Amino acid sequence: MPGAGAPLLDLAVQAKVYRTADAAPVEAVRGLALALVRGETLCLIGPSGSGKTTTLRILLGLDRAFVGQVAPDPETLRIGIVFQEPRLLPWRSVEQNIRLALPRRERGRPLDDLLRDLGLTAWRNRFPGELSLGMARRVALARALAGEPDLLVLDEPFVSLDDRAAAELRAVVFAAAERRAAGVLMVTHNIREALDVADRIVLLTPRPARVLGEVAIDIPRAERTRAWAERLRGDLARRYPEAVAA
Amino acid sequence: MRPAAMTLPTRRPKPWHPPAALLVRLASILALLALWHVAATLAASRTLPPTAAVFEVMLRETRTGELPAHIGATLARVAVSFTLAMAIGTVIGVALGRVRALDRAFDTWLLAVLNTPALVVTVLAYVWLGLTEAAAILAVTVNKIPNVAVIMREGARSLDPGLEEMRRAYRFDRATWIRHVLLPQLAPYWVAAARSGLALVWKIVLLVELLGRPDGVGYAISYHFQLFDVAGLLSYSIAFAAIVFAIDVLVLQPLETHARRWRPAA
Repeated sequence: MPGAGAPLLDLAVQAKVYRTADAAPVEAVRGLALALVRGETLCLIGPSGSGKTTTLRILLGLDRAFVGQVAPDPETLRIGIVFQEPRLLPWRSVEQNIRLALPRRERGRPLDDLLRDLGLTAWRNRFPGELSLGMARRVALARALAGEPDLLVLDEPFVSLDDRAAAELRAVVFAAAERRAAGVLMVTHNIREALDVADRIVLLTPRPARVLGEVAIDIPRAERTRAWAERLRGDLARRYPEAVAA
Repeated sequence: MRPAAMTLPTRRPKPWHPPAALLVRLASILALLALWHVAATLAASRTLPPTAAVFEVMLRETRTGELPAHIGATLARVAVSFTLAMAIGTVIGVALGRVRALDRAFDTWLLAVLNTPALVVTVLAYVWLGLTEAAAILAVTVNKIPNVAVIMREGARSLDPGLEEMRRAYRFDRATWIRHVLLPQLAPYWVAAARSGLALVWKIVLLVELLGRPDGVGYAISYHFQLFDVAGLLSYSIAFAAIVFAIDVLVLQPLETHARRWRPAA
């Protein structure tokens, strides 16, 4: 993997406070530091409402009202993102949705291989309203991969897919990330999914989010067995009950 | 290098209107004409002429060229003031919908103009600018702008925040954002404003012509009113309403269908 291991992203959030509709302050993140290198997959695990999505928004440059820093500026990175919902343009076809996320000069790029890998060839001219949620998620993944990103940010990208489809898409996503030595930052509730793909798992506290614990996994993905994953999941659930359901 | 053209989405078949619906519509029009004819026959009065008399006047005025000339003058005023009101109202409405401080500052202005009777605006325009074409166009435009602005403000307020975040995350350039994210979301509101706008504008144009122009359908109606010629009055009104109806059905309704073509069929 060319460039693998080179620093890609450094995030340090001392504090992030937002206000609710009735103006009450809510501390979403406190003292959270994350670093990611090229070719690494980091999974963020934490209970619902723990500030995972807020952390991603900060990292993407969508939220700049926080105390801390992101280096380099997200504007300088090629980032592919999959939100919790597909967020497709309903008035544009599948193919147009993917092309529009590319810089203007790259919109003529062939997409046949990508569409084929994600099982979208037959759907390329359909509108998002004609797709199931699972298919729409595939389109969102294709959009994230089309720009050959340095950093892939995935916010629960395989939710609502059946196990087989999720495994198939995970294979496509991580093969693409490996080819380019992209860093992957994935938020998930599913510890089994994290154990399948992560090089590192960061467990977050309930709100305000900060790092509760960290696990590095140095077993190659292909060699991770179900028994190994179950053992580690049980171990993590005992050590970090706030973040992992037993 | 110029990027290759994007593949257009597969066109859906146009919505099919069953003949039964068309027949009902035709039957409804015929029933209205029949009702009118019966009422006119029973009344036997100059104030309610039968359908045949009205259509006879319409035909005669068309032959002399009077009717097409007046309709042409009115249509020109409708076109200019409608275009101006849609353009200005859209800009104001989107600005108010997107910038809360502007909305707070100018909402009262908008409400004030929205609730000012068309007659007042028209009379003031004629008083300030004289009985001129510019005053007529200004009066109609000012009457219509608040209506467009209010509808477009609602459109701008209802933009999908998820798509807004997506386009920022993918760093859409301004042109891509406007063309592919902003305008498609505003399109249904724009078409709604256009349809309600056309219905409003032509009525105000008639009022403006009646008060201070030497031509147009409004002037013709005023002329026939002074002669107490109800057949003449109705012939101009019906001819012009038919044209506006045709514009709505042939231009604006297909535009609305086009703006909503991506929505899944119910």
